[in-house]
Amino acid sequence: MTISSDKPAIETQDLRKVFGDKVAVAGLTMRVEQGEVFGFLGPNGAGKTTAMKMLLGLTSPTAGSGSILGSPIGEYRVRARVGFLPEHFRFHDWLTAIEFLKVHADLYQMPKTVTKRRVPELLDMVGLTMHSSKKLKTYSKGMLQRIGLAQALLNDPDLVLLDEPTSGLDPVGRRLVRDIIHELCNQGTTVFLNSHLLSEVEITCDRVAFIKHGEVLRISHLDTLVDGEFTVEVRARNLTPEIISGLTQWSHITRTDGEFLSLTLDHEDSLPLINRYLVNNSVDIYAFRPERVSLEDLFIQIVGTDGGL
Amino acid sequence: MTTFVITKLTFREAARRKILIAAFLLGLAFLTVYGIGFYYVNQELGETVGRNPLENNEVRNFLFMAGMYAVNFLVVIMAVLTSVVTISGEISSGTIQTLVAKPVQRWEIVLGKWLGFAVMLTLYLLFMAGGIIALVYLISGYFVPNIERSLLFLWLNALLLLSVSLMGGAILSTLANGVLVFGLYGLAFIGGWIEHIGSYINNQTAINIGIISSLIIPSEALWKRAAHEMSSPLARTIGFSPFSSPSVPSTLMVWYAVGYLIVALFLAIRFFNNRDL
Repeated sequence: MTISSDKPAIETQDLRKVFGDKVAVAGLTMRVEQGEVFGFLGPNGAGKTTAMKMLLGLTSPTAGSGSILGSPIGEYRVRARVGFLPEHFRFHDWLTAIEFLKVHADLYQMPKTVTKRRVPELLDMVGLTMHSSKKLKTYSKGMLQRIGLAQALLNDPDLVLLDEPTSGLDPVGRRLVRDIIHELCNQGTTVFLNSHLLSEVEITCDRVAFIKHGEVLRISHLDTLVDGEFTVEVRARNLTPEIISGLTQWSHITRTDGEFLSLTLDHEDSLPLINRYLVNNSVDIYAFRPERVSLEDLFIQIVGTDGGL
Repeated sequence: MTTFVITKLTFREAARRKILIAAFLLGLAFLTVYGIGFYYVNQELGETVGRNPLENNEVRNFLFMAGMYAVNFLVVIMAVLTSVVTISGEISSGTIQTLVAKPVQRWEIVLGKWLGFAVMLTLYLLFMAGGIIALVYLISGYFVPNIERSLLFLWLNALLLLSVSLMGGAILSTLANGVLVFGLYGLAFIGGWIEHIGSYINNQTAINIGIISSLIIPSEALWKRAAHEMSSPLARTIGFSPFSSPSVPSTLMVWYAVGYLIVALFLAIRFFNNRDL
């Protein structure tokens, strides 16, 4: 698979979708590089699915423009290099898993020899080889999500769009999806992931966009997000105002309450320095708990507690 | 060509959902009843002494027309029932999403489905009408005039309603679409009868009502034209039969129906193209 690094996998400019008087997506501008795992985070109803549908040409934008893999959105040919797992994975359930994959391979216009190789390969990848001759109507929700994922990867795509890919899965299924995303990432495939499951995003994504009411509030690298901010909860005696003010060279003091102290640091490296400073100043330390800001905290911080309602 | 992938899928769905086998078995039952009925009526004709052979053929023609009337109705019902849910149903269930997200143009999906149903309806019409033609010929040796042309009109009628049903399905919910298509069919049906009766009593207003309803949807007009073609020369001359009347839909009306079909299919594609999925 050739990846041209100059073109982004996804690029949008003021992409907007209005349904009647409801603004589903209000001016989405973003750029996803090739080979990235990009998470689209937001509460239910934030416009994540609508944005994804616009990228795929399922829904036409009210205004704005965008491109995927260098082709304008809505252009059907480029979809030969794209895989998609919809949120409400409903398929033609009167087909068996093998038939289902073959129909979709035909829609990708894959040569028969490739189909013959890819179908068993993918069934094995999603762990459904044993159930490949069963009709999809006998499948559980998790199994349907797995076969949907196989369908999205049939054409060995350059870009995969997954809308809530783990919502119906048990922990084993989630692990499987995570492993598949890692594998895709290793192959250089771009993955665009819609999710409200923060732990999933935290584990899998390179960058995330926080979206609420159809607007992107912030786009950040996940490693800088998580590495960047640190809190330390300290419980100590013999703390004097002078000692406390001396801590500001490494941290911000967010709370002091008797023997309790909360600090926010910019970097992990400051931790031993603070510890040594306190000990050298004869402070008796009873607790010293460094904590990373979880994505959940960050999500609440950025998106708010109203859940986007 | 991906259109044919959708055609194959449509055909396969009908088979899997046992529509094909149900239609075939009930069609066989229909033809059995018809065949037995025709056999006994025909036998009575042979035994009645002094009857004119031409008169006998009038009775055979009448019974033949009754059979084709039922076939036309069944094919129309089949056209609507099988296709009414296909687009709206796939949109509401979400199965359409993985199809449309493939390197496929939306018109290919609509056309693919249309072709799938068209093939099915053609086979069904050939089976049912062919069964009646064969039974009548084998039992009595009677062969109806202009049968190819009549079949063509019935076929056109099935495709017309199929196209209208796909068009409705691209913008309406399944139920609303069903109400629309059967509503139109019912309108054409009653308009046809008003025209039929109006033409006997020479009431121009009644005839005009029929023509207007045929313009709204020319399905009944196609049946009337087919019936006219199949009528016995006597029925045509005296212009008195439950199936044909002196007011025969013109060739222009047949072309109107062809145009109607094409426009409906075109609109089905257009509506589906503009639909947010």
